[in-house]
Amino acid sequence: MIDFHLEPRSGVAPYMQLVHQVQQALRLGMLAVGDQLPTVKQVVAKIAINPNTVLKAYRELERQGLVAPKPGRGTFVTATLAAGDLDAHAELKTELHRWITRARTAGLDDDAITALFATTIRKT
Amino acid sequence: MDTPVIRADALTKRYGPHPALTDATLDIPAGRIVGLVGPNGAGKSTLLALAAGLIRPTSGTIDVLGRRPAADTAQLARVGFVAQDTPVYAQLTVAEHLRLGERLNPAWDRPFAHARIKQIGLDPAKKAGRLSGGQKAQLALTLAAAKRPELLIFDEPVAALDPLARRAFLQNLMEFVAEIDVSVILSSHLISDVERVCDHLVILAESRVQVAGDIDDLTAAHFRVVGPRGTLDTLPAGTDVIATEHTDRQTTLIVHARNGTRPDTLGQTEPVGLEDMVLTYLHRAQGTGAPTLQESTR
Repeated sequence: MIDFHLEPRSGVAPYMQLVHQVQQALRLGMLAVGDQLPTVKQVVAKIAINPNTVLKAYRELERQGLVAPKPGRGTFVTATLAAGDLDAHAELKTELHRWITRARTAGLDDDAITALFATTIRKT
Repeated sequence: MDTPVIRADALTKRYGPHPALTDATLDIPAGRIVGLVGPNGAGKSTLLALAAGLIRPTSGTIDVLGRRPAADTAQLARVGFVAQDTPVYAQLTVAEHLRLGERLNPAWDRPFAHARIKQIGLDPAKKAGRLSGGQKAQLALTLAAAKRPELLIFDEPVAALDPLARRAFLQNLMEFVAEIDVSVILSSHLISDVERVCDHLVILAESRVQVAGDIDDLTAAHFRVVGPRGTLDTLPAGTDVIATEHTDRQTTLIVHARNGTRPDTLGQTEPVGLEDMVLTYLHRAQGTGAPTLQESTR
């Protein structure tokens, strides 16, 4: 089951942080179709957050077609965001590791690498 | 649930010549967790005490859950109030507190109270005077919630607690809210806590309400606009300037777009986080600008 956390200084609204965390877990295959999300009460007891915020996040995920509530049972994942098959991830990650090492050798610091990646992905 | 939890109209409280709260007009919907923020002496405790019926207004009116505060015992039972420093009776044990609560409150929920005390891990035989600050706060919270009120009011519930106790208190409070149908008003200096647990905000400063509303609406309507100096002099209708800062070449505005439209035509526009928004209002009320980097760039 997914474990939520909250980053108070990120500037991202708390409900959007929960939405992003579910999306991220779906992309990385940590959540799959049929998995249950924690109940509202479990989330509020864990991270001391307003229950309405959790409900709002779950409604947003429902609107995106990623989860659906089953009355009396909870909220369940109905779709996945994992692009392609997950086996490809490992290979891509290895290549990325190699590329980052090369970039560092070339003298780029982490900020420069992130900026280069962000501008390139926008243009590709 | 359609009756507003608090409706105040030109609510004013003066102590002699000293204004504690001036012309407060509020309409807070039920079911919210309201954060009341502002500096010391801004009128937070006065507003909470007026809502609890502990003091009477000098002028203006306040209705809590549709009725005058503390009008009769039925109205008293609908509101739970925990004063600053979470008072408990030092000489009474935890169990005696629960018995007292049961005697004094017609709708007392005994199973709920006992389950909570057990969950928090409080020893029923221990005298309240010997509890830690965090445990006292948890006891006061349990007593207030076990009377099953429709509104819980807390005056700075976590101010004196260490970070762990603070988080435990908020976790417990949020569990109550998820479990029982209750509105909450709490005052706090900690904007990160407010952002975490509250969905409605009231900013008080210099005895006046600066702004109030649902937090998502407020953050969606406040922007920082940056442009060359002289280009930001005229603003679209419905846009209030909360703060203005100039350097030689550039002007930075914090604006409240009351109709919610992003004033993109003006210049470089970005959302303002909750903390910056609150601080901007507090600085404005004080008549001082926010400290900036201007000095060093001149």
